[in-house]
Amino acid sequence: MNYSEKQNSIIEDFSMFEDWMEKYEFIIELGKEVNLIPEQDKSDDLLIEGCQSRVWLKSEVNNGQMYYFADSDAIITKGIISLLIKVMNGETPSTIAKENLFFIEKIGLQEHLSPTRANGLLEMVKRMKMDAIKNI
Amino acid sequence: MKDTAEYKASIENIRAQFPILSQKVNGRDLVYFDNAATSQKPYTVIERIDNYYKNENANIHRGVHYLSQKATEDYESARNIIGTYLNAADASEIIFTKGTTDGINLIASSYGSMLNEGDEILISAMEHHSNIVPWQLLESQRGIKLRIIPIHENGEIDMDAYNEMLNSKTKLVSVTHISNTLGSINPIGEIIDKAHAVGAKVLIDGAQSIQHDQIDLKALNCDFFVFSGHKVFGPTGIGVLYGKSEILNLMPPYQGGGDMIEKVSFEKTTFNVLPFKFEAGTPNIVGGIALGEAFNFLKSLNFNELHEHEMNLLKYAEEELNKIDNIRIIGTAKNKTSVISFNVGELHPFDIGTLLDKQGFAVRTGHHCTQPLMDFYKIPGTIRVSFSVYNTKQEIDLFLIALKKAIDILS
Ligand SMILES: Cc1ncc(COP(=O)(O)O)c(C=O)c1O
Repeated sequence: MNYSEKQNSIIEDFSMFEDWMEKYEFIIELGKEVNLIPEQDKSDDLLIEGCQSRVWLKSEVNNGQMYYFADSDAIITKGIISLLIKVMNGETPSTIAKENLFFIEKIGLQEHLSPTRANGLLEMVKRMKMDAIKNI
Repeated sequence: MKDTAEYKASIENIRAQFPILSQKVNGRDLVYFDNAATSQKPYTVIERIDNYYKNENANIHRGVHYLSQKATEDYESARNIIGTYLNAADASEIIFTKGTTDGINLIASSYGSMLNEGDEILISAMEHHSNIVPWQLLESQRGIKLRIIPIHENGEIDMDAYNEMLNSKTKLVSVTHISNTLGSINPIGEIIDKAHAVGAKVLIDGAQSIQHDQIDLKALNCDFFVFSGHKVFGPTGIGVLYGKSEILNLMPPYQGGGDMIEKVSFEKTTFNVLPFKFEAGTPNIVGGIALGEAFNFLKSLNFNELHEHEMNLLKYAEEELNKIDNIRIIGTAKNKTSVISFNVGELHPFDIGTLLDKQGFAVRTGHHCTQPLMDFYKIPGTIRVSFSVYNTKQEIDLFLIALKKAIDILS
């Protein structure tokens, strides 16, 4: 699957839910499968301070492809991170830097990317893209 | 708790005056439990704003024409309504500001400019950031010393420590009447008297108390009292700084501009009298007028009955919350208002808040602009519910179900 196809497949997964609680139960499940950063590696330069929840993000390039590792103290934030990682992992830096990231809005989670940074996610998406740009 | 038909009808009657309460959020009936952040507005306030712009809009204090005079009268009459309600010695002691934060900054800047290196200002460990940061700025600008009155684990001010900290260098004590995070009602009467005994002035942050308490400034005898209109059924962008006239008269102006002057020349400018000396520029006219209307609404309430209602809600909610496993209520002062902060085991407040929102409940999560207080309790934040006159026991029952569901999903 390419970048858009991966996103469309997530949108399809979410279209099956009847209400918000079901959506969030799914996100919480996803939160349990994030590529975690080991506790001892959580240095301050990986930390993205949100107003309410904190996020740690690390990236690697392997064979010209981006790989992300992340964690958060809030499980819903973690779930959304895991979606982002599913979409971005294994893509080339230029795909991540240039192609549209549209699924968050389509599944109704854009409130989590508001600039008030309640959960640090907007900053995280920015950093994921910046890390990709640095590797083009 | 009291559950008679008559009682329910009186709460229903109050609810009916707040149009926002009948809306749905995420497909469910809205339950608004974020009253410590801001209160909802009754029809009378909303219609007053509407009517002002439709029929009365003009600039004040400057025009000879009909509309300008009418707007000036209405604005000044709002000041009178508020001054009378608060039992200020004179309406000119009621200065319109943008809100609590603005009022505190005014005092820090103006009264603060009269302080010198080595002078001490006391604040408590439970202050809102807006009653911390202005003093820190003053500390770096004028070399005054900011000292923090400690609190007990239950969220009460440590009065023994306070008494020991007061001394002849203490120039100002600035404390909150009610903690927005813990709900603690501080013994401000005693705090004020003790401060006056060493010659210090006292600023009371009334942001939280103005909605819950009948404030009598003469009886309190504080030197300054500040609050925000939006927390007392009025609009945002307007608030009040009350100050005793003898002190306000000694203080230099805060901002310069129109309205605050008596005469301007390049050689010498003289300043207007109170309250105008502290109200530079075209003020928030409609805000002031609508705040007056909010105080009319307050006057229409039976405070004793409502106080009892809020205390019933507080007691009922605390009892029921305490039955849930791993609940920890932060802030257990003996004297509390209807604000409850809590955590559930290791669950993150943000996760619980999000799941409550999706079920139609407006609660606040996070540090509530009191980060030092979070550090004191060694927690990243809390979930906070805060009740107002229009909340009901039935809403609390619905909330408890939603909370349990959220906990289930997250555990
Ligand atoms: C105790 C207290 N002080 C000050 C403030 C600041 O009020 P405002 O943001 O309206 O200026 C608040 C509001 O959250 C508060 O609860």
